[in-house]
Amino acid sequence: MSSEWPEEIYGLLRDANIDQFAYVPDAGHDHLIKRSLADPDVHSIALTTEEEGVGMLAGAHLGGGRGVLLMQSSGVGNCINLLSLIRAGRFPFLTIVSMRGDFGEGNPWQIPMGQSTQPVLEACDVTCLKIEDADDVATTMSAAITMAFNNEMPVAVLLGQKLLGAKKF
Amino acid sequence: MSEIKPGGRAAGKTATGHIDRRASVKALLDSQGDDVLIVAGLAGAKGDVIAAVGDDPRVFAFGGAMGAAASMGLGLALARPDKRVLVVTGDGELLMNVGTLATIAIANPANLGVVCVDNEHYGETGFQRSHTGMGTDLATMAQGAGIAAVRTVRETAELAEAGDMLRQSNGAAFVLLKVAVDDPPKVKIHWDAAYHKNRFRQALLGQP
Repeated sequence: MSSEWPEEIYGLLRDANIDQFAYVPDAGHDHLIKRSLADPDVHSIALTTEEEGVGMLAGAHLGGGRGVLLMQSSGVGNCINLLSLIRAGRFPFLTIVSMRGDFGEGNPWQIPMGQSTQPVLEACDVTCLKIEDADDVATTMSAAITMAFNNEMPVAVLLGQKLLGAKKF
Repeated sequence: MSEIKPGGRAAGKTATGHIDRRASVKALLDSQGDDVLIVAGLAGAKGDVIAAVGDDPRVFAFGGAMGAAASMGLGLALARPDKRVLVVTGDGELLMNVGTLATIAIANPANLGVVCVDNEHYGETGFQRSHTGMGTDLATMAQGAGIAAVRTVRETAELAEAGDMLRQSNGAAFVLLKVAVDDPPKVKIHWDAAYHKNRFRQALLGQP
């Protein structure tokens, strides 16, 4: 059950009529990316940098659609200025962030952005919901979807390395 | 009140383009019909769009978040395949996130066009020369990104064909307008992005 949490997330996103998946390739989001690419009913869009996802999701909302941005914690740093679009326009914004530089990290290059991810998001008015345990995935993802789209607010779900497992070095 | 001189803050600056930005953007937008959805990038591009079509609900215009116009157009085009979407942006903004041309090329929505108003300068910050005034060619970059329908417009007579391409293309399209460097009077609209978003959605979807 608990090892099936990536598919649980996909099901919850699709049940919420989210059909734009914006991503930068990432091991932590491997399942969601492959799943969205294989789904003929969604747009799965490879970005060159995560900030394109901020614009893309705001554009989706402008047209009555819904999107999610899949990124690694390092990508959060690339998004900062464009998050002003979300706040200034009161757009809904949902991102799922796979953490690096977190629990058990073995690569010192990942530590600075990983440790800054949540404070930086919160400084930009993005509400962060962190998941460390597979049993919490469904509840937290559902909460994040409701908060983002019902309240037209930015929400980040952080998938911690305790959940994902730290990359071995 | 000081009189606005021809060229304004751009007086004495030079660019390789000579067509008028306001007139050429208006000609292109007029050729697209009045149901095209428009995302206007910040600063000069926003002024061109508002001067052309007015403070209209089918326009979402940026006042900041530089670099996001093209990606916003992509999300909008994917959400509304039944409508044509046009992004109007400046050379400075497009350079900031030029990788978005690759993202758009690969996604290749049939209903998305990008118009870059290239005056080879950063007008908003005092008309400093941009990369496009020093050799960078954004049309070549768009082609290299993989966009099949690309035009560079240097003469007024070329606008009609570029407009046809934008309207009829069955994949993403890109038009580079090489315009004269000029500083037309600013066009003011309300700054509140949430207001513009809600108004856009109300007109398109019937709800904010």
